[in-house]
Amino acid sequence: MSGPAPTPTPEASKDSSQLRQKEMIARHFDRLAAAPETGEKTAYTFVPGNLSELLLSFDVLPVLPEINSLQSAMRGRSADYISLAEKLGHSEDVCTYVKSDIGMLKSGNIGPTGQRLPNPDLLLLSYTGCFTFMKWFELLAQEYQAPVTMLQVPYQADGRITDDMRRYVVDQLRRKVIPTLEQVTGRAYDEDRLRECLALSAQAEDDLVAVLRAARHRPSPIDAYFGAVYYVGPIFSSFRGTRAAVDYYRALREEIEQRMAHGLGPVTPEGEMGAERFRIVVEGPPNWTSFRQFWKMFSDEGAVCVASTYAKVGGMYDLGFRHDPQRPLESLAEYCLGCYTNLSLPTRIDLIVRYLEEYEADGFLINSVKSCNSFSAGQLHILREVEARSGRPGGFIESDLVDPRYFSAANIKNRLESYFQMLQQKSRNPNPVAAS
Amino acid sequence: MRYAVGIDLGSTTTKAVVLGEDRRPLGRGITNSRSNYEVACQVALSEALIDARFSLVARELEAFGLEPGAREALRLELERLFRAEQYRSQLAELRRVLDRNCRRLLTKPAALPAALTRILDRMGAEVGDLYAPGARRKSDFFRDLAGSRYLALAEAEARASGVGFDLLAGAFDKAILEVENSAAAAGRFEDHARAAVARLSRPEPLLHAAVDRAAATELVQVGSVGTGYGRQKLPFPEAQVRSEILCHGLGAHALFPGTRTVLDIGGQDTKAIQVDADGIVTSFQMNDRCAAGCGRYLGYIADEMSLGLHELGPLASESTRPVRINSTCTVFAGAELRERLSLGEKREDILAGLHRAIILRAMSLLARSGGVRDQFTFTGGVAKNNAAVAALKALLKENYGELQVNISEDSIYTGALGASLFALRDASGGAA
Repeated sequence: MSGPAPTPTPEASKDSSQLRQKEMIARHFDRLAAAPETGEKTAYTFVPGNLSELLLSFDVLPVLPEINSLQSAMRGRSADYISLAEKLGHSEDVCTYVKSDIGMLKSGNIGPTGQRLPNPDLLLLSYTGCFTFMKWFELLAQEYQAPVTMLQVPYQADGRITDDMRRYVVDQLRRKVIPTLEQVTGRAYDEDRLRECLALSAQAEDDLVAVLRAARHRPSPIDAYFGAVYYVGPIFSSFRGTRAAVDYYRALREEIEQRMAHGLGPVTPEGEMGAERFRIVVEGPPNWTSFRQFWKMFSDEGAVCVASTYAKVGGMYDLGFRHDPQRPLESLAEYCLGCYTNLSLPTRIDLIVRYLEEYEADGFLINSVKSCNSFSAGQLHILREVEARSGRPGGFIESDLVDPRYFSAANIKNRLESYFQMLQQKSRNPNPVAAS
Repeated sequence: MRYAVGIDLGSTTTKAVVLGEDRRPLGRGITNSRSNYEVACQVALSEALIDARFSLVARELEAFGLEPGAREALRLELERLFRAEQYRSQLAELRRVLDRNCRRLLTKPAALPAALTRILDRMGAEVGDLYAPGARRKSDFFRDLAGSRYLALAEAEARASGVGFDLLAGAFDKAILEVENSAAAAGRFEDHARAAVARLSRPEPLLHAAVDRAAATELVQVGSVGTGYGRQKLPFPEAQVRSEILCHGLGAHALFPGTRTVLDIGGQDTKAIQVDADGIVTSFQMNDRCAAGCGRYLGYIADEMSLGLHELGPLASESTRPVRINSTCTVFAGAELRERLSLGEKREDILAGLHRAIILRAMSLLARSGGVRDQFTFTGGVAKNNAAVAALKALLKENYGELQVNISEDSIYTGALGASLFALRDASGGAA
């Protein structure tokens, strides 16, 4: 069957904050690429529980492997990287973030900007609920012959942070992480510098929360799942605690407040979104290989994500947490302990129910990713519990993080359309027709 | 007469249901989807409209005051003769297309045209037996019925005339798509119905009059809704497209108003759907991108065993010691089957194990969708398979206790029925 010639994908629409962010990231990767010459030290670390301010206070540049993996997926490179990692012996069931990263490393370690990433001087493993992170760094330690420092963050099984937990993390920071950083950089720990960074973090965090809360407005000026991926980018990665992040979030907040004042909806890659028909809360990470297509499946239906748990994996700022310059190590400890990945199922259920109410959402969707057992385990339980407690319908879709083989567009579209039509049907006076 | 139509474009078959304004189903039509949804849609609709005219005939006979038994007997007789006429008409089209294609061949055995003519002549001579009173046919599709006879005759012809079997079989494969896609070959109701009436063993003036009236009734489409995997390809505006989840939910509710849980096993999808007292979907789960354990799996198994799809269930039901099978991977179905056969397992025992494995997978999906509530309605093509139904009933009882299990004779049309109800609702200005 012949069809019309495929039209090239139009350039994605970007708002000014996105362009600004792109420049920030480009500068960061320039520094990383130049690090072997400039002698700047680098630490590989993960988003949940990252100790950006502490690294910054030692002038250590962070590299975030899972961000590189998702960037590889968005650039259409992850399939080849995963395939290479599998060729090297990593099984099909291994987390695809890991395989994409290993494949990238084995292909010359060229990062998202096309520049080579420096080898790490340190692998800083902040363990906040993902067992795979440990195994991932074991592999990287072998590849780079770099030292690993692990911060053991206790799991919030009872849904709260105790003094013992906090002390335990602070103690590790003092006794292990800081001395290692001193050793790697040859510099002494400077707590005043750390306090300055933390104060800047708190400012940016205030503005980020204002941006995310803008979704309470009708229509929501932002998409708090797909769009939020860009909004949380700087603060979740290398820029928390920097002046650049403060400026970025101030500008972003102004941009969003303006959109809100003009009654505008989110900007999607396809342009301004049409009328808001459904307000959705989303649990689970997005799919990165078909990110734009995935988003379009929502925006075509007029579905706006008004809150998401994924936008909290790098910090639960909307629940009130702020980095505190007065309690530098304690607040870093609380930050790590409070990461979304470190929360128990009941806490996650509470959070989603709270979002449904606070953001006046019509329902919630779970994107269950094949790669991530720590995220996906218990999601069906979450679905049933949240449905029962909120009375709002949940939907369930399955995909993966960065392996394109696990994104079945027809199946996902079918489920999403069915879900949105179900919401529509439930929201109206049913008045069903029965056949005799 | 005004009607609404719902069309379910499934991965294997396309179904159409025509609904009168009184919400009573008037007609149903089904055809192979073949990846050409537009044609499948036309063929299914034209079949459903023919079926609708049979309903009109029955209504006319009722209006004439005939007893229900007599009405049904006349209707069945009319339909049998009608289908025979339709088969003859399609056979004529097959002859025309084969002849045309044969003439287009640059090189061919000299004996080929005569061999084709002999095959078609024999097929024509068999029509009476094929549609004799009480005769059982393996399928309702012309492709299947004609194909099975053509290939059998071609084999004999190849032996007798020396024309290669592959050449004869290839000629059929090339021609059949055009024939089954031709609405003209399927013919018009009035032509075949009148020819059928003329072939009755004794005159039936009431039936004659009823056919005339049914044929004269103008059928006006007031609404249409498409659903199923091919729905995006439908020549319908977006507002006239509904997800099959909603359509199956509403369709099951229409068939059995007490329905609370629906299981649909189609060609490539298994769906577990929970509905409320009004047939509104409250939650659902579908299989992910893998079609393991769906209808297509049974299709592969049937092909591997050189059986018709409809023969699997009865054979599996003969099993005395079902084999335990866990994998329902469609891709590995053939390998799994051959391995079991090489181990000396009986075909019926393997099949019984396969059916149970499919249902186990569906049970997991049901649990994920929120469990099973009374009443339970099973829909989709697999609901016609008695071995699958038996396995399902056993597992439902084991896991959820006694509950009412509904299976309609027309379960395959459930999605199209739901779609037709939506179409009628839209046409009458109701909320979607």
